Amino acid sequence: MRRTPLRRLMLSALLAAGVMAGGAVQAAGPLTYDLKPTQIAPDTYVFEGSTKHFTRANGGNILNSGFIVTADGVIVIQTGPSRRYGEEMRAAIRKVTEKPIRKVFISNLHPDYWLGSQAFADVAIAALPGTIAGIQEEGNGIAENMYRLVGDWMRGTEVTLPTEPVYGSTVKFGDHRLRLIPLTGHTAADLMILDESTGALFAGGVVFCDRTPTTPHATVADWLKELDAVDALDIRLLVPNHGHIRPDKACVAQTRDWLTWLDGTLRDAVESGLDMAEALELPIPERFQVLDVLREEYRRSVAHLWPKIEQASLPRIN
Amino acid sequence: MRYTRRNMGLTGAMLVIAGPAFAASSPSDPLNSVMWDMLRDQYFAGAPVVFDSAVKVIAPAAAEDTRAVPLSVDATALGRVVEMVAIADLNPFPLVLRYHPGNAAPYIATRIKIQQATAVRGAARTADGVWHVSGVLVDAAGGGCSAPPASYAQKDWADHVGEVQARLWPAGEDGVARLRLRIRHPNDTGLVDGIPAYFVETLQVDAQTPGGSPTLARIDSLEPVSENPVYSLDVRLPPDATALILRGRDNQGGEIRATIPMPPPGAKPAMSLRPADQRWSVGQ
Repeated sequence: MRRTPLRRLMLSALLAAGVMAGGAVQAAGPLTYDLKPTQIAPDTYVFEGSTKHFTRANGGNILNSGFIVTADGVIVIQTGPSRRYGEEMRAAIRKVTEKPIRKVFISNLHPDYWLGSQAFADVAIAALPGTIAGIQEEGNGIAENMYRLVGDWMRGTEVTLPTEPVYGSTVKFGDHRLRLIPLTGHTAADLMILDESTGALFAGGVVFCDRTPTTPHATVADWLKELDAVDALDIRLLVPNHGHIRPDKACVAQTRDWLTWLDGTLRDAVESGLDMAEALELPIPERFQVLDVLREEYRRSVAHLWPKIEQASLPRIN
Repeated sequence: MRYTRRNMGLTGAMLVIAGPAFAASSPSDPLNSVMWDMLRDQYFAGAPVVFDSAVKVIAPAAAEDTRAVPLSVDATALGRVVEMVAIADLNPFPLVLRYHPGNAAPYIATRIKIQQATAVRGAARTADGVWHVSGVLVDAAGGGCSAPPASYAQKDWADHVGEVQARLWPAGEDGVARLRLRIRHPNDTGLVDGIPAYFVETLQVDAQTPGGSPTLARIDSLEPVSENPVYSLDVRLPPDATALILRGRDNQGGEIRATIPMPPPGAKPAMSLRPADQRWSVGQ
């Protein structure tokens, strides 16, 4: 077919529009967490996440996962909220070192700690027995809820159980002596990992820093004892799973302050006749404004903690 | 005089809104719920309906546990209220409860199941027949109504059905006494295959006095109220009351009965979050 100059012009215009449209689609791009490791101590790196709640904007990247490069291979701590996160994490580690992944540690059963484990299915994934049991029991529900909360970021994510139960012990990988510290409080099974050679403590969910603590599986009295255990440790750097990394224990005190206020306030409210719905609206002291997602997380805690406190406070009358 | 005219004007407006011939001009739902038109016709048929923020509904913006979402409806700002309802629009059973406050304050709080993200409403009918409706949106994962009650996992659950825990606080300055009740009951919706509905249907709080036992408040409770239902009410105690009597029945004929003792001497009234100028008294 013979093309007139006009037709040719139209065709190129169409092609140009097509290319531009294609470019736009590419710019929106596939979802990516854009994970960049920050070195926080010798051989030790962290992928710092947001201090918000799970959203479709952050894809669930609200945690500080990490890794330690040892002569014996790479130790990975937490695998993130999705298969995509785990895969991106592994690729980012590969850019730092060619060493193979030696072992993965998971600190508790909450979604952002382990839903990326699919990307590490070829290596040993270690967790406390209570964490493994918790994921076995609640893992599917936890994963389903994450699909609802963050959507397409979760594509292809399936429950991958930890493969190796671990207990309180000290394990050596190359020059790094890792103390595995099993505790109960934030959840029924919390694993903290202290690298004795660098003084970096991966505190998991035991300590939150400038981010409101979460309580879906918490027993507050036990959690306060966990914080005492952290206070007794000799550390140089504290890596909370949520919030800021600090060279001191200021956030241990902050977490204790919040939990003490929360528990005391709910007990007082129950005792003074307030209803659970009314408790959602209680004022929160000014000093806690530094905690991110404050009111939202407070309301979740009312849902978690109130019914038990209330039940214990009401006398049986028939 | 000016006050009266303004009131008449308001009443006129309500009638125009509510008359069946003017159904199309019925106020549109501020929560934009697809179910509103149907629910309005079903639960407020023929009665005037206004959206009124004087009815304060508290529920969380996101349900942490869809089997137990806290909900309170406070219509004390309206003065005397004859009847109250709570509705979760997108539940398989939207009507949560009907409350007949008698001379109790028009306030009720409980916990409810929700099946999916939905508008949750509270409505109060004043003596002039007008329904004042308010509500909030609650986001949620699915399934609160179709999950089996947790108590069925306990072997001896049937031995405990009908057990009541309760506490009464002394009346405060506003003349109302906070009453909290917890009743052991599966409160099963019947949506799980092969398990029949089994829930508390009626509850009534009477006062025990030397001269008789006047009824203080009545609740018609329905499927969406949570397992082991908890209620907070604000009742008015007759001065010579020696105790309160709770009487109730579930849909399978099971009786609930308990005597609620008066608060111990020296007990303090319940805390109130209501603004001081929002007091309500009989005859107001």
